[in-house]
Amino acid sequence: MNAIEIKSLTKVYGTNYALREFTLNIEAGRVYGLIGPNGAGKTTAMSILATLLAPDGGTATVGGYDVVKEPAAVRRLIGYMPDFFGVYDGLKASEYLEFYAAAYRIPAGERPRLTRDLLELVNLADKTDTYVDLLSRGMKQRLALARCLVHDPAVLILDEPASGLDPRARAEMKEVIRQLRRMNKTILISSHILPELAEMCDNIAILEQGRLVANGTVEEVTAARQGARILKIDVAEKLTELIEFLNNRPGVASVDGEPGWARISFTGNKTAQGQLLRDIMDRGWTVLEFAEIKGNLEDAFMAMTGEVE
Amino acid sequence: MRELNPVLLKELRQRFRSYRSPLVVVLYLMVLGGFSLGFIYLRWRSAPAFFQPGSSKEIFTVLSMAQLGLLAFVVPGLTAGVISGERERQTLNVLLTTELSPLSIVVSKMVAACSFTALLLFASLPLYSLVFMYGGLAPVQILGVLAFFLVSMLLYAAIGVSCSTYFKRTGVSTVTSYGIVFFLVVGTGFLGGFIYELYQHQARMAMTNLQETPFIVQLLQDTNPVMVMLRILGEQATFGPGRDMWLPYWGTYAVTCIVLSVLLILWSGWKLNPMNHNRKLFR
Repeated sequence: MNAIEIKSLTKVYGTNYALREFTLNIEAGRVYGLIGPNGAGKTTAMSILATLLAPDGGTATVGGYDVVKEPAAVRRLIGYMPDFFGVYDGLKASEYLEFYAAAYRIPAGERPRLTRDLLELVNLADKTDTYVDLLSRGMKQRLALARCLVHDPAVLILDEPASGLDPRARAEMKEVIRQLRRMNKTILISSHILPELAEMCDNIAILEQGRLVANGTVEEVTAARQGARILKIDVAEKLTELIEFLNNRPGVASVDGEPGWARISFTGNKTAQGQLLRDIMDRGWTVLEFAEIKGNLEDAFMAMTGEVE
Repeated sequence: MRELNPVLLKELRQRFRSYRSPLVVVLYLMVLGGFSLGFIYLRWRSAPAFFQPGSSKEIFTVLSMAQLGLLAFVVPGLTAGVISGERERQTLNVLLTTELSPLSIVVSKMVAACSFTALLLFASLPLYSLVFMYGGLAPVQILGVLAFFLVSMLLYAAIGVSCSTYFKRTGVSTVTSYGIVFFLVVGTGFLGGFIYELYQHQARMAMTNLQETPFIVQLLQDTNPVMVMLRILGEQATFGPGRDMWLPYWGTYAVTCIVLSVLLILWSGWKLNPMNHNRKLFR
């Protein structure tokens, strides 16, 4: 069952398309990473899902509820953490969470225990009586995450939750998200720190200029980089001739000469890959290394977002 | 027992926890007390050795005028940033994703601001004992003035809150709120006087007299806070001979304040709803 269904979502600001026919389905219990350069439409998409923005076209549902027609039902289901957010001065961490618990109509008797549990979950149990404006940025981010959880939502929409954090705070935030994953929450998370997203997410969607340019598991998206595998071919001699040979070879999308070896983008299957190795050896080259380089998410992101431009 | 709205509770907690609130109460009372005592001193200087009891009405008038001036100054200042301030602090979006309706957020913010203003009003009541000390005023007049202050406060607060909802920045919202309140307190009186003069000039040209105050002038003078308050205090503060309206002047004033306040609050709640951001109420 899909927790989030986005169909042909479009949002226009003046003449600029923030989202253009954006379609995405997110299964319940999955952690979905939304990647894209600045201005790609990630925050717009998340704001629409959080019922903070009306789309100009298309539909979006969360838990089966339409975000435009049934915003109240959607709000009960989601925990939303915006990319930029503030905290209230003059409130203690526990009061801050109790305030939001009350705003979600959690019975007064349950709030103290809930607040305690949530502060423990985000490692802020020792900050219960600290005024929120005095917390560090990393602590505020974790507190905001705890705030998202006060009504135990099934879906979390986290817009750049780790932005601006130092490595330690990022690691702590990552750990909390892992815990939430274990709690079987559906999480839509956007981030610029791609290796971290690859670690945390089951699926990745890449947005560019409001369009979805890739969507799938982290492995699929990474492998789908230009629809090709990256091969490293290291030969003992005549590298220039090898590059020339590879350039004219069917299935080779591109060839880059590195000092001492060649890197090719190969679109053929594994059999064709074996045949290529045999042909190279048959033509007299001494092959020192013939291996597939695993592309990472960053490569995929750079390649796919570059393609749109 | 039904729980207080969380926004209201938070606002009250934040407001009364801050050192600024008692400071504002102290300053408010000092200014108001200073006006009254200064007035008594001036009266006493002009006729030393005794104080005319008849002057108590004048003290009351001065005190009430000062109170109205302070309310017109304090209420927009307290309310013009309630929503835009949330927006500037980047806390509004999160608040809007909770189960609280936009209208309940607006109403809670306004009630919190009005509670503080009401505290200022009630804290100033002992100052009125100066008037009772010398007699000369009916308690009903004092109650009338208090009710007048409460409905005025409601309208000024609704103006501040709606400006705060409409404008993104608190600075613009504050200036606009003060502008509107200034127009209500001073502008409507001047406008009423100006229009009345035009009518009178026309009548003079036609060699006649105005038999009754023109409707628009009557409406303006019945909704001008200064003129209404002076009339509650028994002063003659009208243009022309007057005219029959559906309600007595104080009724017109109260109904206008309450209806306008309710409309402004409802509109603010509608406007704050994110799904209505780019929509027009009337097309």
